This record gives sequence, C-alpha cells and structure tokens, in this order.
Amino acid sequence: MVLTYLEAISDALRVALREDDRVLLLGEDVGAFGGAFKVTAGMQQEFGADRVVDTPISEEAMIGGAVGAAIVGMRPVCEMQFADFVACGFDQLVNVAAKLHWRLGLAAPIVVRLPCGGGVSGGPFHSQNPEAWFMHAPGLKVFAPSTAHDAKGLLLAAIADPNPVVFLEHKYLYRRVRGEVPEGAYETPLRANTVRDGEDLVIIAYGAMVHTALAAAAEIEEASVRVLDLRTLVPLDERAILDSVRDCAKVVVVDEANQTCAAGAQVASLIAQYGYGDLDGPIVRVATPDAPIPFAPALERAALPGVERIRDACRELLAY
Amino acid sequence: MRDVPAFLNREDRIALLRFMARQRAVEERGLSLYKQGKVPGSFYDGRGQEATCVGATFALGPDDPVCPMIRDFGAHLVKGTPVTAVLAHYLGRGGGVHRGRDGNVHFGDAQRGVVGMVSMLPDIMAVAVGMAWAFKLRGEQRCALSFFGDGATSVGDWHESMNLAGLWRVPAIFVLEHNGYAYSTPSARQFAVDPLERAAAYAIEGVSVDGNDVEAVFEATRQARERALAGGGPTLIAATTMRMHGHGAHDDASYVPAEVHEHWAARDPLERQRERLRALGVDVEAVDAEVRAEVDAATREALAMPEPVPGDPMEDVFCEGEPRLVGRGAAPWSGFAGA
Repeated sequence: MVLTYLEAISDALRVALREDDRVLLLGEDVGAFGGAFKVTAGMQQEFGADRVVDTPISEEAMIGGAVGAAIVGMRPVCEMQFADFVACGFDQLVNVAAKLHWRLGLAAPIVVRLPCGGGVSGGPFHSQNPEAWFMHAPGLKVFAPSTAHDAKGLLLAAIADPNPVVFLEHKYLYRRVRGEVPEGAYETPLRANTVRDGEDLVIIAYGAMVHTALAAAAEIEEASVRVLDLRTLVPLDERAILDSVRDCAKVVVVDEANQTCAAGAQVASLIAQYGYGDLDGPIVRVATPDAPIPFAPALERAALPGVERIRDACRELLAY
Repeated sequence: MRDVPAFLNREDRIALLRFMARQRAVEERGLSLYKQGKVPGSFYDGRGQEATCVGATFALGPDDPVCPMIRDFGAHLVKGTPVTAVLAHYLGRGGGVHRGRDGNVHFGDAQRGVVGMVSMLPDIMAVAVGMAWAFKLRGEQRCALSFFGDGATSVGDWHESMNLAGLWRVPAIFVLEHNGYAYSTPSARQFAVDPLERAAAYAIEGVSVDGNDVEAVFEATRQARERALAGGGPTLIAATTMRMHGHGAHDDASYVPAEVHEHWAARDPLERQRERLRALGVDVEAVDAEVRAEVDAATREALAMPEPVPGDPMEDVFCEGEPRLVGRGAAPWSGFAGA
C-alpha cells in the first residue's frame, strides 16, 4: 500500500496497539483530537481511553510515568507535541530512563516520538532538531527515518526495543513524502541504507536532509553521487559510513541541525580518524548555522541547508 | 504517644525496632568507614528519620514497589536487601548492590521491588505514578510508594506527579519526610504554602503523622494502601521528623539551632520504640546486640570483598534481550503472612 510518511507512522502505532496489549500511547491532545498532526486520529475510539491517553501538559510526568509503566511490563509510546518540548522532559529521559539499565538492571522500553525539523515556518520553538542532545546521553537509542517505509519499520523496531528510543519524525516529511509500505508488522534494521548509488562522492544524511541530498545529487550530472541515509544515529552504522568513504573518497556530511556537535560532527570525526587514508579531499559539512531557526520563510530558507548549498558544496569538493 | 497495636503483633513491633536499629547501625558503620577514608566520594544518612521509612515500607505488600529517597535506607532493609551488599556498595566493591557503578544512597535492588533514586529530586516520584497507573490499568491489587523530602516539593516534577496522580486516581502513596530543611535552607525560605495543604489542590488525601513514631507511620501507610487498593486514589502522608545529621558527612549542620536538635533528640524514634517494647517485657538490649553482631560480621565480609575489575565500559549501557521487570520484595508484616 502507498502511504504518506505520517500515515506510515500511524499505521505502525495501530499495528503495535493491535498486536501487543502492553502498548500504550500518551501525549498532549493525542486522544479524541487525534494529536496536533493527527498521527493518532481515531485511535482512542478504536483502542479506548485507557490505551490512548490524553495527558496534561506535563512532559516530565509523561516520560517519568512512561518509565514507571515500562518497568512493570508496559510498552508506552509518548508523543511530544513538537520535538522542541522534549526539553521540558529532558531530565526524565537522560537521568532516569537512559541510565536505568546500567544502574539497576531494569530496562525502560519506552519510545518518545519527536515531531521535529524546520521548513514549515515553525519559528525557533517549533523547528528544532534536538537529536544530538540524546546521542550524548548514554543509554538512549536515536532513530531518524526519511521514508514512509522506514518510518513504520523503525517505529515498530523502537516499540519492540527493550531500551528507551528517541524517535525523530520529521514534520516536513509528514505529508510530502509517500511510498510503498508493507501491510502488518515488520522491522527496519538499525543500519544505514544507500538510497542512491554513486562512486565519485557520497553525501551522508538522515531525516528530511536525505531528500534534499537526493535532489542535489540529481542536479550533478557530471559526476556519480551516492547518498547514504543513516536511518539511526544511535546505533550509528560506522561500517556503512566508512565503506561509503572507501568507495567514493569524497564525502559531504549534511545536518539540518545546528552545526556544532551535531550528528554530522560525529560522522566527520569518525571518518577523520578511521577513514583518513581513503579520503581524496577534506570532509565537508553542510549544516544549519549555530543560530535559532527563524520564522519568515525567506529567512528560514536561508538558514536551513537547501538543495543549492548541498549541490555547490559537492561541486566544490568534486573539483578539489 | 498514640498506640496503634491493632494491626501489629508483638513480633511486628519488635521487627520495626530491629529494622530501625539495623538502619542506624549500618549508617553509623558507613559513616565511620567514610571517616577512615574507606568509603569513596561522599556519605549520607538518615539519622533521626528511621521511623518514617521503616514504618511506611513495613505496610507494603510483596508486589508493591517502593522508591526510597536519600534518608530511607530502612526501606531497602524492609524489602530484604542484605546488609553486606549495602556495606559493599558504600565501599565501592564489586559485591555491592550495583557492583561499584554507583555509590552512597543511590541504589535499589529492583529484583526486591526497590526502584533506586536518582539525584534529581523527586524524579522517581513520576516513575512511581507510572507504576501505579499500570497497576490500575491491569486491575492489579498493588500500589507504589514514593518518598521525598520537603525540599523536593518545590520542583516541577513534584507538581506534575501530584497533578497526574490526583487526576488519574492511581494507587500511589507519597510519603513526605518533612524534616524542615532542604540541605541548609529551612522550610520558611522554601515555600509559602506547606506541602500538606497543597494535597487538596490535587484532589489527593492529605494525612499528617508523627514521623518519629514508627507505628503511627505504619498505620497511616496501611490506611493509605487500603484506600489505594479500594480505588480511593493516592494519599500524601506528611511525616514530621528531623534530620539529626547534616545533609552529608561533609556538613556539620551548624545552621540548625542547638535547641532544635535537642528537641528532636528527646524524640528519638528508636528510643521511643524501645520504650514501648520494654513495657511489653521485650529484651530490647538483646535486639540491639543482635543487630550489632550482624553489622560487625557484614562489615568484615564487605571489607574482604575485592574492588570491581574494570571491564568493557559499555557493558549494560543497553539492554539486550528481554528486559527484567521490577521484582517481588520481602513483606515482613504479619498482615501479609501467607500472601
């Protein structure tokens, strides 16, 4: 079946709710209203108000409560209305959920869904990409799908995972991306995926930037450009990253997140340390400058990495 | 002193003294090991507050998890955590509760129903609300209990947890250890409205109890548990007590007026229970001697344990396979005999 990225996420939640009594959905306005983006539309009607639960505006209690339910056998999935609001529940995620297994031998199989990213004039508090905060907190897994197929498969993998998973679903992709999605349950492996083959240069990206990278690659007719979709940031598929550098020798790493200490910085450092001998040029990064995301479309377009910036960065590196 | 023997038999009342005496003896031993330089880091104890954690946890069933806070070592003991493992934990030995990964009061034997605290207060209260919520959803006759101090009631997590617990009517018991100080800051500089008075604002039953009377704390918690299991929702038990030591071993508590310490020294929870038991003809000195011998033996055993051997630092950061759930703890109260 062909689904949008958003429909694929909804489908994953429905499959999980149907197949596993332990699965619960929590979030602000997720019940009768169906969520701010309608990801959970109709689910409270189908599965009841005990399993699809409207919470007060209490991100700490929502995530902490989910941890409590998880350690006695439930599988809660929390929705942050926007990824930005996870800052309000940050402490429970990084200090309670993330360290629980290492400290107490208790796992916290929870999923925290983060509708993230820019491109929708969300302004500084509805556009952020906070994945790097969580990559830096030992004990959390971080998933960031780019396609409808992977969104469903990675969300089902996240729900099945015994660890807390931060699941970044990109708002810009919700209704703009669609694709073939299998019926029923399946899990996408926690590995990177080559979404476009090429041998002169590789663009490494994840989330919405995979699509921007693909558009940039398509404009470069004079060379063969590969695009590697990381899909998960923790675990980070180091093997696939280094293999792609070995094959292509030139690499552009793209983040929609602010540049400093972003996921791409980790990728670049990995390549610098272990792939140096395979490189034929500097590791080039394209990311959002270290400034808040502006509201006005013209300003936002200038801040976020676009097709043109990625294409130009690739051309410059190809000429090196 | 109120007498509440209706639900406590003679053995229960002796057990309450024994758990408090054990807490005090182990913490005194930990403190002296700390002063000898054998306990790394820092050291915290609950001297003067033993009745609150012991009395409250004694009212819990085997399947009721407890979330102790910094002064509540007695809760671990009631749930069955062995003294040797705790002393080894203080000492940072491989045989400690967390094999040297964490120290001092930060621990919890989850397989005995103890969910260990984190330093950010009162984060674990939200976890208790979540556990209680799951029990309610599944129709299980269980409750979750979380301790916290008066200092923790100013944090957003406290208000969020109280709100959610009151809203969802979960079977949770909140035990406020109102000792009048958040580290060095007295209640008068912490809040304008006492936390017990706030209970009503969250539709939570608020109960006040003498936190230095172990049997009174037991009875208040027993009633709260009964209410929770009957679907009556959460209870906030405000136990008035006093921290007789500083926040940690590094703190001489010179900010507490001497007369306050004197006032509370005359209300020592162990002495009060001893007095009760003497009136019943119990040889309380024998109980104390037995505990001392136990702690001496445990100390020797813990000191003989090796330091942890550093291995793969990534071990256990992630769970592989099926996660272990919160387990079943001891429930020594005679009311659970045969449960």
